[in-house]
Amino acid sequence: MTPHALFTAFSTIVVREIRRFTRIWAQTLLPPAVTMTLYFIIFGNLIGSRIGEMGGFDYMSFIVPGLIMMAVITSSYANVVSSFFSMKFQRSIEELLVSPVPNWIILAGYVCGGMARGLGIGLIVTLLSLAFTRLSIHNLPMMILTVFLTSALFALGGFINAMLATKFDDISIVPTFVLTPLTYLGGVFYSIDLLPGFWQGVSMANPILYMVNGFRYGILGVSDVNPFVSLGMILVFISVLAFIALRMLERGKGIRH
Amino acid sequence: MTNALEIEGLTKTYGDGFQALKGIDLHVAEGDFFALLGPNGAGKSTTLGIVCSLVNKTAGKVRVFGYDTDTHLSDAKLNLGVVPQEFNFNQFEKVFDIVTTQAGYYGIPLKQASASAEKYLKKLGLWDKRNTPARMLSGGMKRRLMIARALVHEPKLLILDEPTAGVDIELRRSMWTFLEEMNRQGTTIILTTHYLEEAEALCRNIAIIDHGKILKHTSKKALLQQLSRETFVLDTEKTLDSTPELNGFPTRLDAEGALEVEVEKGQGLNQVFVELERLGIKVVSMRTKANRLEELFIRMVEENAEETKKAVEGAA
Repeated sequence: MTPHALFTAFSTIVVREIRRFTRIWAQTLLPPAVTMTLYFIIFGNLIGSRIGEMGGFDYMSFIVPGLIMMAVITSSYANVVSSFFSMKFQRSIEELLVSPVPNWIILAGYVCGGMARGLGIGLIVTLLSLAFTRLSIHNLPMMILTVFLTSALFALGGFINAMLATKFDDISIVPTFVLTPLTYLGGVFYSIDLLPGFWQGVSMANPILYMVNGFRYGILGVSDVNPFVSLGMILVFISVLAFIALRMLERGKGIRH
Repeated sequence: MTNALEIEGLTKTYGDGFQALKGIDLHVAEGDFFALLGPNGAGKSTTLGIVCSLVNKTAGKVRVFGYDTDTHLSDAKLNLGVVPQEFNFNQFEKVFDIVTTQAGYYGIPLKQASASAEKYLKKLGLWDKRNTPARMLSGGMKRRLMIARALVHEPKLLILDEPTAGVDIELRRSMWTFLEEMNRQGTTIILTTHYLEEAEALCRNIAIIDHGKILKHTSKKALLQQLSRETFVLDTEKTLDSTPELNGFPTRLDAEGALEVEVEKGQGLNQVFVELERLGIKVVSMRTKANRLEELFIRMVEENAEETKKAVEGAA
């Protein structure tokens, strides 16, 4: 295929993904907006006013970057895992498999589709947060880079989950038992300075901690970890997951007999 | 002339050890209308699945218009259109979107894809349904949608796996007409079908596959010449009480009381009527008992099953 044909195939996948999640906006775009608004009201306004400052900022300002990141992570992952598994389940994945689209374009298309939803939700949550607090941006490139790479990383994770899944239960196990605990324990609601030394060490093994703190550094200028280490960690994870996903596609894991 | 499809020594063993293909060779000439026939589980869908990259082969070579699928898969796929046995589109997407999206996967820009989608949706009588979600279509419409989707990138080789399964007679005939037209315009067509009447009506060359082996790979004409005996069913003016004896022709009465007469190759039908005239039996209508290809197919598959059974017993 020519470069132009490859781009057409890539954009076809991305447009189809965007069409899918906007068609079912009540299931994909509305719930995180409602959930995050509740977080802002309950944790930020009601409880936050009694907590006082954290990391030198009022509690609402402190949790906003983490909540935006949480929405981006879950939405990027959920979009790819549900879309790709549905295609497997309905066998419409065969439309792609019989076509000349290379595997890396298939992967890139799905990841970008997941990023479109994740970043779209991130934007919605950011706009909602403005109703509760004032956001000043400390380092725009760091903020953008962190959120884009994190979205790509979790879209890749969703893709691998969908490749391995054989039933609908399999696509909810990772979000429920892995992603949610890691996100809640990843410094969204607190600074790890509050934890005893041992648990601070344990928290450092949580990859989501780096992403939340990298993003928080971009907005507030404070972070529990070095933001450049965060970026490096995300890039390493992306490389590993992309390699695994491509190998699975080449072997036709779960999609070819 | 280039072969549209060449298969050499193709084998497939599934993970559970089941050997679906045992080294088959097959070639389909460009412009041919070819049928791959076989009972359920014979290996038809596995063969086509490997050609279309939906199934990983164990060994062997597949070439589409000379493009080896091991080394030039993308080129091979560009020449290939596939209509699978099962519905495999997103049921929630609209008809037009399904077809244009497929074109996009082949690198066709939206404007060109839209024109091609319109052409084939009109030809297949689906243009009025272009904005309907696929799940709202009837079974026949869904089959035609899969044909439109397979053709949107103008492939030179069209593969159809049971294209008329579950389709009513009128629609089946109109699909035959459409496929014949596509073939006349130069598209090579390979189909599998359970309706042997379909293969006999449409195809020029035929392969019969069973238990992962090709039993016969020849022209339809040559295949039908092997038919040594045909059974005719005669409806008589008066119901027959007993089976009449016709000199040189085995006879029997079927469950409805119609007379069945077996005619060997080389025997004339005139002699059958001379015999009936001699016995004072008047015939009001006549038809062949089964379609000719069906008789051959059943015989070959039965013979193969018998040979397989003997081989298994011998090995035991």
